[in-house]
Amino acid sequence: MSILVNKYSRILVQGITGNEGNFHAWQMYQYANNVVAGVTPGKGGEWVFEGKVPVFDSVKVAKEATGANVSVIFVPAHFASDAMLEAADAGMELIVCITEGIPVRDMMRVRKYLDQKGSKLIGPNCPGLITPSEAKVGIIPGNITMPGNVGVISRSGTLTYEVLYAMMLLGIGTSTCVGIGGDPISGLSYIDLLEMFEIDPLTDQIVLIGEIGGTDEQQAADYISRYMTKPVVAFIAGQSAPPGKRMGHAGAIIESGSGTAEEKIKALQEVGVQIARHPEEIAIILNR
Amino acid sequence: MKLHEYQSKKIIDRFDVPIPKGRVANIASEAKQIAEELGGRVVIKSQVLVGGRGKAGGIKLARDPNQAKELATEILGMEIKGLPVRKILVDEIVEIDQEIYLGITNDRTCRQPIVIASSSGGIDIEEVAQISPEKIFKLTIDPLLGLQDFQVRDIALGIDLRREYWKQFIKILRGLYRAYLETDATLAEINPLVVTKNKRLIALDAKMIIDDNALFRHPEMMELRDLDVEAPAEIEAQKYGLSYIKLDGDIGCMVNGAGLAMATMDIISQFGGKPSNFLDIGGGAGATKVAAALRIILSDPNVKVILINIFGGITRCDEVAKGLLSALADVKTKVPVVVRLVGTNAEEGLELLVNEKIQTANTLVEAAKIAVRLSTGGAA
Repeated sequence: MSILVNKYSRILVQGITGNEGNFHAWQMYQYANNVVAGVTPGKGGEWVFEGKVPVFDSVKVAKEATGANVSVIFVPAHFASDAMLEAADAGMELIVCITEGIPVRDMMRVRKYLDQKGSKLIGPNCPGLITPSEAKVGIIPGNITMPGNVGVISRSGTLTYEVLYAMMLLGIGTSTCVGIGGDPISGLSYIDLLEMFEIDPLTDQIVLIGEIGGTDEQQAADYISRYMTKPVVAFIAGQSAPPGKRMGHAGAIIESGSGTAEEKIKALQEVGVQIARHPEEIAIILNR
Repeated sequence: MKLHEYQSKKIIDRFDVPIPKGRVANIASEAKQIAEELGGRVVIKSQVLVGGRGKAGGIKLARDPNQAKELATEILGMEIKGLPVRKILVDEIVEIDQEIYLGITNDRTCRQPIVIASSSGGIDIEEVAQISPEKIFKLTIDPLLGLQDFQVRDIALGIDLRREYWKQFIKILRGLYRAYLETDATLAEINPLVVTKNKRLIALDAKMIIDDNALFRHPEMMELRDLDVEAPAEIEAQKYGLSYIKLDGDIGCMVNGAGLAMATMDIISQFGGKPSNFLDIGGGAGATKVAAALRIILSDPNVKVILINIFGGITRCDEVAKGLLSALADVKTKVPVVVRLVGTNAEEGLELLVNEKIQTANTLVEAAKIAVRLSTGGAA
């Protein structure tokens, strides 16, 4: 079992003929063979991947023709909002937006519209998600993790890979790993995913990778204390980050003294979450 | 991107928010001239992108044009919290009856714009929030519907604004909201919004922050950028698509990915070292990018050792190693380099580096320990 995506997922790639989109769609296709369609406006009728995957002009047409239910977006920032709205309008159940650099104002509108349409969103500015051996949606490398019983939720990219890899070296696999993204306003939150992992029968432990900025980790801590029975291990990046500076991710900033790593660690520790001092230690704690 | 007071006022003025008469000046004689035009009495306000200008002596009242010139000379020679005062705003003086706070920002938690208003304006709103939270009125705006008339009335009621001022207030809040929307601001704030003795509402001070991600829609904003608040190396890094932030330690860091870069800084600190920077080289670390990153890290004379931490996912470690070798041939340095490569093709990558004057490490902990030892003068 897993959450959100599995071997029955039918994946559509928006921006499949672009450089990034094409490269990663091919990786996804090779990983689990469940990329069923691509969309690039103006290129409908073409085929990619040795003529195996059709390209359509719109998400609506692609969905009707292929039954796609998950869309992953690789289009540039100034087209990404439109791509998310189009996917939601076409009724995609899950929309995963990899694109970085989308204006906050656009994200507030997009999120509201997607909520009204009932589409789930992951990202933007995220590596996507992976259910090992079953589905890879986004850019998480397939060769650094394996099937297992640990659910992973993270706000970053390579830091997540680091953790997955350290886990794999100790023989620990994942049920599903979800990168929720580093933007201030995004789709599914820690809480949404904690809830899914809690009821997923094949997830036994959960890893939460957070960073400075905002209060999502504190809210997660509150949720954990109320509803979680499964153990949670966490790592928070940015303990040495200065206030007022944006640390790469748009959402990674300590504002007016709020959003520090210390307060997040404290909140999580108080509700019994084990805190790793560095990313590799997560795997060691899980192995105990 | 933070905007200066004078820039923010110019923007809200375009959206029909009344501001005091006045102009910005670069030299003291201009201040005198502006004071003459405004009838003598003026306020001289330093334009620097930090809070607490008043307390630092960067805001002063002048009773006549000659004093305006004197004070302008004084303020233009100041440094406030490390930033030089290059511009001053010379504004008319208004007689204040009441001070209001009015701001619009993006609320991360409810994912909507939020209007914050208070009858206690003029001081730091976070202070008001702590001392008397009951004096703060908040209202969220549906991003698909926008600010509604009844909401504007609710805010006026919420801060007990006298009805005779409602008409002016409604126009000001509507204008501020349009300014916030149309410039992609993450903060549009008037503090204070004053009621004058002759019953006019005027934005005495304003502050705006523009969403960096939205600057592509506002090319004209780039001219408003104040480079004084960014370290030269940070500006240089942006040219290469690198995300660099200068810190005050002595261990240079080069990492792919923002989260991993922060984690690398953290682990250095845990072992008693001090990172000299945050640096995310992003995906696909080719030789040009690695060389630029090396040069930028080394432009800081405090750097005693460089720690390179790369996780090869899509990026292959052997390619990064090749990039690093060619960058090191290009940027000659005596500063020791510690490299940790992990993930795709890490072994091949490490093999390439074996004969060079580079320390390699298998784990992040090991790499951090070596770097800290080298930074404190110890042997590797």
